[in-house]
Order: sequence, then C-alpha cells, then structure tokens
Amino acid sequence: MKKTIPWLVLLATLALVGVSLVPPHNPAEFDVTGFGRLPVLVNGRIKPFDTVARTSLLQFQGRWSVTAPNGSELTPEEWLLDVMFSGTVADAYQTFEIVHPDVLALFSLKPEDGAGKKRFSFVQLEKNLTELERQYKLAEPVESAVRSSFQKAVIQLYNSLVLYQRLQHSLVPPDSEDFLAELMSFQKALPAGVAAMRAKQAGQPFDEAAANQVTAIGEKFMQLENYGYLLAIPPEAGAKDPTAWSKPGSALLETFASGRINPSVLTYAAFARTWRQHQPAQFNELVALYRDALQKRFAPQLVKCDVEVRFNSADPFWTSMLVYIGAFLLALFSWLKWPEVLGRSAFYVVALAWLLATAGIVTRMWLEGRPPVTNLYSSALFVGWGAVALCLVLETIFKNAIGSVAAGLVGFSTLLIAHYLSFSGDTLEMMRAVLDSNFWLATHVVVVATGYAATFLSGFLALIYIFRGVFTRSLDKATADSLARMVYGIVCFATLFSLVGTVLGGIWADQSWGRFWGWDPKENGALIIVIWNAIILHARWGGLVKQRGLMCLAVFGNVVTSWSWFGVNMLGVGLHSYGFMDAAFWWLVAFVASQLVIIGLANLPLEKWRSFQGPTVATPPMRGPMAKAPA
Amino acid sequence: MNDLTRQFRDFFVSLRLTVVLLALSMLLIFAATIDQVNLGIWAVQQKYFQTFFVLWKVGEVPVPIFPGGYFLGGLLFVNLVAAHVYRFKLTWRKTGIFLTHLGLILLLLGQLFAGLWQQEFQMRLEEGQPKNYSESSRFMELAITDTTSADHDDVVVIPTELLERGEVVQHPKLPFRVVPKAYYPNAGLQNRTDAAGQPPSLATIGPGMQIDATPLPMTYKPDETNLPAVYVELVGPEGSLGTRLVAPIPVLQQTFAVGGHTWKMALRPARAYRPFALTLLKFNHDIYAGTDIPKNFSSRIHLTTPDGRDDREVLIYMNNPLRYSGLTFYQASFEEGNDKVTILQVVRNPSWLLPYVSCVLMAVGLIVQFSISLTGFFRKRRLSAVPAAP
Repeated sequence: MKKTIPWLVLLATLALVGVSLVPPHNPAEFDVTGFGRLPVLVNGRIKPFDTVARTSLLQFQGRWSVTAPNGSELTPEEWLLDVMFSGTVADAYQTFEIVHPDVLALFSLKPEDGAGKKRFSFVQLEKNLTELERQYKLAEPVESAVRSSFQKAVIQLYNSLVLYQRLQHSLVPPDSEDFLAELMSFQKALPAGVAAMRAKQAGQPFDEAAANQVTAIGEKFMQLENYGYLLAIPPEAGAKDPTAWSKPGSALLETFASGRINPSVLTYAAFARTWRQHQPAQFNELVALYRDALQKRFAPQLVKCDVEVRFNSADPFWTSMLVYIGAFLLALFSWLKWPEVLGRSAFYVVALAWLLATAGIVTRMWLEGRPPVTNLYSSALFVGWGAVALCLVLETIFKNAIGSVAAGLVGFSTLLIAHYLSFSGDTLEMMRAVLDSNFWLATHVVVVATGYAATFLSGFLALIYIFRGVFTRSLDKATADSLARMVYGIVCFATLFSLVGTVLGGIWADQSWGRFWGWDPKENGALIIVIWNAIILHARWGGLVKQRGLMCLAVFGNVVTSWSWFGVNMLGVGLHSYGFMDAAFWWLVAFVASQLVIIGLANLPLEKWRSFQGPTVATPPMRGPMAKAPA
Repeated sequence: MNDLTRQFRDFFVSLRLTVVLLALSMLLIFAATIDQVNLGIWAVQQKYFQTFFVLWKVGEVPVPIFPGGYFLGGLLFVNLVAAHVYRFKLTWRKTGIFLTHLGLILLLLGQLFAGLWQQEFQMRLEEGQPKNYSESSRFMELAITDTTSADHDDVVVIPTELLERGEVVQHPKLPFRVVPKAYYPNAGLQNRTDAAGQPPSLATIGPGMQIDATPLPMTYKPDETNLPAVYVELVGPEGSLGTRLVAPIPVLQQTFAVGGHTWKMALRPARAYRPFALTLLKFNHDIYAGTDIPKNFSSRIHLTTPDGRDDREVLIYMNNPLRYSGLTFYQASFEEGNDKVTILQVVRNPSWLLPYVSCVLMAVGLIVQFSISLTGFFRKRRLSAVPAAP
C-alpha cells in the first residue's frame, strides 16, 4: 500500500495533465481552430492567428476568455475572426480592462458598467476617443520613468485601442459589407479604369465613372495598407526574399501594376464573406484549400504553427504551476503525517510538473530556434526550471520532502511571475542585433540564469529553516543540519554559476562592443550576486556565522537576486535592461520588505523559536561534513 | 615577531577583512548603479570606481564619505595575496581554491591594466573613402592646419587641457601665438541678436562674431553630447590678429590667411593616426521583416598598409570584431538613413586576454573545489549509512 499510493497520486496528476493536452476542438460548426493555425508574419516572426488572438487579448485584458453580450463564451480565434471580419459585433465585446478610476472618469464610466467591474467594450469607449487621444498626447512625451499612474494607464489603453483598430483593418476594410464582391467587380472594371486614369493623366478625354470607381476602391486599399497590422500575404512563388510577407493593402495596391488580384487576398476576402454570412461549410472548405496551397511552399512554417497552436492551448506552464501547488501541499503535509507516503508522492508530482515545464521550454526553444533564455519572460521560466531541477537532486539525496516543498514554492512563484510578464505581448520575440548570438545566449545567459536559480533556491531553503524553526516544533537537529548542508551546497553551486556566467558576460561585452566591463546596471547586478555568494562562503569558512547566520545571509540572497533580476530593469538605463516594467516595482518592494521581516524573525532569541523550546533544546552547531574551512 | 607586526599580519590575512571589504564593495556598486540615473555611466565610474574615496560636496568642500573602487579593490587585492602567501600549502585539496583566487587576481590585474592603458576611439567611414586615423570619443583638440601646399598639410594640434588652462601656445610652425581666451567643455550656441545693451562678443573676427557661446554644465546622459567651444586670439609679430570663436560645427571651422599661408582652424575630436588605412566597401543593416527591430549590422572593409604588406578585405559585424595591430575594431553604430556610412569603435587594450584566462582558471578552480567537497560529503554519508543498515 505504502508503495502504491504515490504511484496512484502520480497517475491522478498525470490524468489531469493529460486532459490539458487534448487537442483543441471547434466549439461550433466553423473550423476556427483550422483558421487559427494559418500563418501570418507579425513582429518579424511567422506565427499562427491563434497566437495573435491570444497575445492581443492578454494585452487588452490579461486573460484569454471572452464573453459575448448574450453570455456565450468565445475562443480567442472566434473573437479574432469577429474583430477582423465583423467589426461591429466585436465592438460590443467587453475586452478592454480599465481599473484606473480617473481613466474611467474620462469616459464617464463606472466600474459597474463593465464585465467583472473592469472590462469594457469598444462601443462604451468609442464616444470619448478624442479625449483619450488628447490625454495620450499629453502623457506620451513624459519620460516613462516619471509618468504618473494615470498617464501610464492612458498610454496602455490608447495602445490597446490602436492595436484593436489595426487588427480590424488587417484583412478586409471593416466597413465593407462584402469585400469579395467589391474585389470581383474591381477586377472586371480594372482594365477600363486603368485606361481611364491614364487618359486623365495625359489630359485626354476619359470615362469618368470608370476612373472614379478605381479611385474609390484604391482609397480603401490605402487604408488597409496604412492601418493594417498583420503581414498576412505570403510572398508570391519565386519571390526573391522569402520573408517579404506583406499587408493585404500593399498586395492590393500592386494590382494596379500587375492587373491581377493576389489570390491570398481574395481568399481572406472570401473568409470574411463566409464568416459574416454564416456559411460554415464554405468557410471550412476555404481553410482546407488555403492550407493546401500554402503547404507547397511553407510546409516547415505550417508545422511550426500547428505545434505553436497546440502549445498555446495546452498552456503547459499554467498546468505546471497548478501541479506545483499540489506538490507543495503534499510535501508540506508529509511533515505532519505519513512522511514516507506523502513525501514520495510529492516528489513524483514535482518531477511531473518539472517534466511538463521542460517540455514547454523545449517547445519554445524549437519554435524560436534559440537557447532557452532570450527575454525577461523566458528567464523567469528558466530560473524556476533550474531551481526545481536542483530541488529534485536534493530530494533524491536527502529524502526529507524539503526539496519538494522548496520546488513547489519556487516553481509556483517563478511561473506566476512569468504569467504576469506574458501580458506585455508575444513572448517569442526577435533578438536585437547585438543580442543575436546563439553561442553567447546559450553560455552567458543560461549560466547566469542558473546562478540566479541557485541563489534563489538557497534563500527559499533558508526560509523553510526559519519558518519550521520559529513556528513549529519540527526542526530537529537532523533536519536543521541537513538544511544547513543543502543551503551551503546550493550556495557553492550558485557561486560557481554566477561567477562564471558574469565573467562570460564580460567576455561577450568585450567581443561585441570592445570593453570587458562597463559598470552597466545589469552587469553590476550580476556582480553583486557573485559578491554576495562569496560573502556567504567566506563568512562561513571564517566562522563568522553559524547555522542561523548562514540562513539569514541566504535569505538576504533573495533580496539581492530579485533586485538584480528585476530592480535594474526598473532603472531605465543601461545597454541591456531587457524589459522595462514598473507595475512590478511595488511587488519588488513588498518582496524585499517581507524578506527583511523574515530575517528579523530569524534573529529572535533562540528560546522564542518553537523548535528550540522545551526538553529537546539543541543549539544548532555548525560542523557539517562540508564545513571544514578550506581556506 | 612582535605583537604589533603579528596584529598587522593577522589583520591583512583575515577572512573577516575579506567579508567586510566584499560587503563594502557591494554597497559601493549598489549606490553607483542607482546613481547612474542621475550621472550617466561615465561620471559614475569616475566618482565611485576610479577613485580612492567617494566624495560628497558639503557646500564647496568635498568630504570623503565612502571608500572608492581603488581603495576597496586595492585592499581586497592585498588581502587576497597576503592570505595566500601566509596560508599557502601545496596540497591537492586546496588546488581548487588556489586556482580560483589566482584567476581572481588575474581578473583584477586585467581590469587595473585596462583602466590604465585602454584607449577608446571611434572611426566614421564613408563608402569608398580611405581613412588612416581614428577619433577619440571623449577628447577634443584644436587643430591649426597650413593648407597652402597642394600635396600635403602641416597640422599643429593643441589638446583641450592647454586651452582649458588658458596657456599661451607658441609653435615653430606657426607664425603666430595662440592665446585661449575662454574654453567651454559644453556650450550653447545661439545667433546674436542686435538688441541693445548686450555685452560685446568676445569674438572680434570671423563668423563667430554673429554667434554667442554660453557655457553649459557638462552632460553625461547617453543620448546627449557635449558641444565644446573656445575663444582664441591669434597674436602675430605685429600684434593681435583678432579673437575667433571655434567649435566643432561647420560654420565655426574657419579658414584665413596669415603671412602668405592659408590656415584652417578647427575644434575636432582628438585624432590618432594609424600606419594603415581602412576603406568602407559596403555597409549592411538588416531589419526583421515588417518591423524596425535591427537584425544585424555588418561592414565589409578594405584594409591596406602603405608598404603594401597588407591588402585584404575584412568583414566586421556584431560580436565579430577585427583585431589588427594591437587594436580591435567593433561594429558600433551607423547613421540613421545613410547606408553609406559605418561607425566603428576602436579599442586598444593590451590586457584583453587576461579575462579569458582568468575565467577558465576560476571555473576550473571552483569545479575542482566543489567536486572535492561533494565527494567528501557522499563518502561521509555512505560511511554513516553503513551502521544503520540491517
């Protein structure tokens, strides 16, 4: 029984994970998932419509789900199809999150007017757009570091609305009832129209009606060209540059020279018609036909898009985050009851969550063709992944559920951070020129991120020591000693990786802009982590700290690492502050404050620690097997 | 050994000193990072790192408030070396620690040498035009060129330090003395208005008479540059030839005739001439499709020496510099909207290899040390597990 329960727990979790991996299905008779897998080029990357829908929704409202006014739930693809093809329907969806009371006041709205008291529709905002634009123009010139919360909220909302309207202008003009029909009659009228235009320019008599028809539709093309967001039209067969995707607007403008309408543009116009006129059979046939047409030249891209859509819908990091919570609770309870059964179960569950996160990271690497860490978002994923990997090693050695508790904690919090970071847009970004080096991304960045992971882990282990010692009676001498050994071992590991990673960073800087060290904020951040780890090691070797002091130093390591990781990005200076974000500033302050409080807690006199009260008083000595001072 | 020397020695070899110094360095770096928002990266280095003490101005008096980079770095260095000399024992158990610290010593030395000897220049190349000099990115010079001869120029350059001190310069090649009247490291230039009651311009001749230069505080912000300006009076044997305003903008680089020779006077970035020339053949600047995110920059360059020993093409791009004759050329920048120009960063750093060596030493050292600890740990565990077994 003792042996089987952990396996049963694992199987149950596996089943839960399996459910999340089920391929997405179409909610109604339209093949919207098939449409969602079609490729477009946005921000330099070929990605599926599904990703465009999801990243836009995250940016607008911090979540994927959309509820129509009639109460029905929409998938991100359905929402995007409505935005692109039946704009007035989409305008009524409440998808713009506004929480700042002064911004709401701009629109004379109350929280109660919105879905969930914070989401509003384009219709609700439409009438005061000019005032928003005026406020945007006032706020925009202000340096981002000194903008007020109102200015930030205005800019964010304005950018969301601009993106929304650009999406509406991406494939067909939003005010065209049947763009396909317009294109067809345009094609017929084109020779006469062009002839009329030429005659007009040459100052000869011309057919005014024919000329006007061409000019009118040409203006629509210009609008699509100017406002469109998606480069949805693949380059024609035999084009010199295979990455030269274009907007439907520019492809249509070429018609005047070529005399022939680009077939991809026609396809999207046909999509628009079938979607608006509710003709699922024709829509689905179009999806299949267009995919076949693309298959000939873009097979690898289509495979990537398919995988990306599956990846999006499976959302492995979210599932993994939930599984980490489960593992954390299991491991925590194992300290109270059934240590063996629950401890082993927790270990299995952690391993599963970690494997899931691994699969997610590997998929991202394959999609991007890059090493794991390329931006702040992926660094959060990787730091969590690395820390949990170390926890798994610790748990295999010590088998006391401490590794699993720490894994649950670190895994959950890093994935939560990643979740919030993903609101800023597509997390698979293109690398700026100076960062475009897979060799250095794979060495310096990965090594430094591993150093961050290890430093955090030592801090979290120390938190466990302090909490168990102060609040419970469970920190006996054996547990205290093994925790001390774990922290020491992990600090050693952290020193190795952060030191080597930092020096590698210097070498990269020497390679790319000619100086090894420039006291750039990010470099300083990394250096401070190295120094802090060195301080911990030397303080311990010199006997300046005992077990409790070691724990306090390790907890302060959390402060140091979080500052280097996020704090320097908030300074807004330096060559590689790779993600400026300030909403997170207060979270950072709160985190630092909490760590300082815990250090204060750890400095309570030992008789106030519950574990050291009563008959089994044991002053924790500091002489583990690895404690021999080597220098 | 008497008590005092022993105390002295114990102080310098102690781990306590190491920890204290490391903690102070951490505070110093933290403060310097925060202060970059106000001062910019270059001024911060001067104020915090390339100094023995961080100074705080109380009124006009600078008061040292914190040990600076040289102080802490120097003491750490002494501490490190002293501890190793004192405790040095050749045992294999200590090889890791020894290697790591040796690597650290090399790294610190490398940074010291770089600080002392590293020189940084920029080189702006236009397509098809050979150039055999690079320009300092920070220092300026006043260049007075005799352009009379058709086949060569005679140049006398005056570093800005002399201008700043107001030192009168007399040079055998110049038929006049150069008397700096006022030098502004950063100046605002404005057209003079004809409003009454204005103080007279310092300039008495040349285009500078129509322009006012007013001193501005130096800026260190990354997106701003300092525009220096100088008022110089030229004094010939027969008396003053007038005071001119010179600044690195085209209007204020002036040509005039003295003693039958034509002279050109310009304030320009200090130049360093090289025994070879570079010619830009083609500059490439790619962006990702449909975005303005730069994908890569690269410059194809023709490298020639006057003696003809080198005559070849090289490609410089991001993360792939050219190393030649003790200099390293990096793709640094470009001019917006002009793809016929490339800007290279030129660095002379004789100690550039040291960080590479020290990185390897430290990595190997730490791996060795922690492997020793780890195997020791597992051996102990195995031993202690044996009696527990049934």
